Amino acid sequence: MKKYTYTEKKDTRSGFGAGLHEAGKKNENVVALCADLVGSLKMDAFIKDFPERFTQVGIAEANMIGIAAGMTIGGKIPFTGTFANFSTGRVYDQIRQSVAYSNKNVKICASHAGLTLGEDGATHQILEDIGLMKMLPGMVVINPCDYNQTKAATIAIAEYEGPVYLRFGRPVIPVFTDPDQKFEIGKAWMVNEGTDVTIIATGHMVWKAIEAGEKLAELGIDAEIINIHTIKPLDDEAILKSVKKTGCVVTCEEHNKFGGLGESVARLLTTELPTPQEFVATNDTFGESGTPDQLMSKYGLDAVNIVEAVQKVIGRKKA
Amino acid sequence: MKHTIKELEDIASQIRRDIVRMVHGCQSGHPGGSLGCTDFFTALYFEVLNYKKDFSMDGIGEDLFFLSNGHISPVWYSTLAHAGFFDKSELATFRKLDSRLQGHPTTHEHLPGVRVASGSLGQGMSVAIGAALTKRLNGDNSYVFSLHGDGELQEGQNWEAAMFAPFHKVDHLICTVDYNGQQIDGPTDKVLSLDSLQAKFEAFGWHVINTDGNDMAAIVEGLHYAKTLAGKGKPILNLMSTQMGAGVDYMMGSHKWHGTAPNDEQLATALAQLPETLGDY
Ligand SMILES: Cc1ncc(C[n+]2csc(CCOP(=O)(O)OP(=O)(O)O)c2C)c(N)n1
Ligand SMILES: [Mg+2]
Repeated sequence: MKKYTYTEKKDTRSGFGAGLHEAGKKNENVVALCADLVGSLKMDAFIKDFPERFTQVGIAEANMIGIAAGMTIGGKIPFTGTFANFSTGRVYDQIRQSVAYSNKNVKICASHAGLTLGEDGATHQILEDIGLMKMLPGMVVINPCDYNQTKAATIAIAEYEGPVYLRFGRPVIPVFTDPDQKFEIGKAWMVNEGTDVTIIATGHMVWKAIEAGEKLAELGIDAEIINIHTIKPLDDEAILKSVKKTGCVVTCEEHNKFGGLGESVARLLTTELPTPQEFVATNDTFGESGTPDQLMSKYGLDAVNIVEAVQKVIGRKKA
Repeated sequence: MKHTIKELEDIASQIRRDIVRMVHGCQSGHPGGSLGCTDFFTALYFEVLNYKKDFSMDGIGEDLFFLSNGHISPVWYSTLAHAGFFDKSELATFRKLDSRLQGHPTTHEHLPGVRVASGSLGQGMSVAIGAALTKRLNGDNSYVFSLHGDGELQEGQNWEAAMFAPFHKVDHLICTVDYNGQQIDGPTDKVLSLDSLQAKFEAFGWHVINTDGNDMAAIVEGLHYAKTLAGKGKPILNLMSTQMGAGVDYMMGSHKWHGTAPNDEQLATALAQLPETLGDY
């Protein structure tokens, strides 16, 4: 197992804030909008340097999405910022009609996704947003795994033409990816090469997959770990290549197993290469209040759960 | 009056203590709006609301209350506990794992007193209207109360509801706005001005009254008066001026305490300003 270390922990939303600032410096067409959550979205640096390119819309997310769609007409590249729940479910038809169907170059940037939002509880912890967004034709869906990857992804989506959903989170987690990485939309990242099982992880679950990989190595299981940061378009080639070698797969995501990354992988595999698969994901449930660590544990999203899923799926492979 | 103003103020003091202790206990949550609305909640539950001790979801023949700005759950939870809906010891579980006292109110854990989830802003007025329509269909003459943040009124759904209620003569509905002039990113006037809420709601066909939400006698009187306006063909909007953080000097009047928990020292300072009247949980 390749060794991954980290010297600091940071939140992915701060990676977004830093990436937005960079993107703003690189391209004067980049504009930002926020719905009364500037601090939570870490937009301060962008606002400080480009005050005239920032719009505070107030607590009015539907209006924000519509305004963003309108601002693309004439060449601006709007980045909208609010919590993941209010970025998706709250404004689904506005995104569907004014952004996705109209093919507008809007970047929907969503913080506080998943259970790790913590104490605010289920009203704010969306576990369905990947599903909602990936079902929209033409929508790119990205869920980066640490500060550096989120920053790189934010810069990359400014250069991509078309609607994008960028999902990130609130808690501080290890920073373990290359600070100078080039982010390629739709291209999987090989975290660790192995032969016994393919672990496919996205977002906060990638570090957990690395922890699981270390535990599995101690048990004599050689896990291949792939980071799928772009859930749509999915890197079919990387997944098929790995699964051909390992013969079984575990998908890991901080999301409902209905509609998430796991189902995208399952769809690919049933059509191309039917393979035993286990899902590390929430199981058709809402979240609740608690600390991020407590919730990840209670809802089965820890490294131990990945280890168990791997053992189970390897058993199914042999059967 | 069921209580003297002094008795109500004593209850409010205890609720304010509970709020800062609850938010301190989990180091998260929203003290600012909770403290600002404490006098309103006290007046409502201990003086005005005609509710049954045994909680039922359908609430037939009793007044109903909906909290649309769900983030101020601490004040509601403490009020419900002191009003007898559940034991006040449960307040210690606020925002902790496996609690019925979720960060934002929910029916999911069956907490007595709560009839719909809130937290995602801007949805409560529609729900309150729906409940009032059902009361009318049921021939039930009791009242429906609701509370909304002023920043929350930036959500468009409120204005769909605001247009609906007068048109359909939903006139047993008393909506109160926590008019504190603050929201997360700053004063509402700087974020997205609400301009004249009175003129806006009147133009939509509401009967608008103004109250001082941090003066116990005034808020009790205002809510009683609002009830006398019901049944006259118009929904009632209570524009209630409050101070965010009312009762704790260093929290007052600033959006900074919208959603920040006090540290140990700040807690001590706050508690020193709020007499313990009914016993801490
Ligand atoms: C739909 C939605 N958007 C954003 C938020 C995040 N949020 C929670 S409270 C709040 C500010 C609310 O302002 P106001 O209603 O004035 O309440 P106050 O700050 O005065 O308590 C915001 C933006 C939310 N909970 N729901
Ligand atoms: Mg306010």
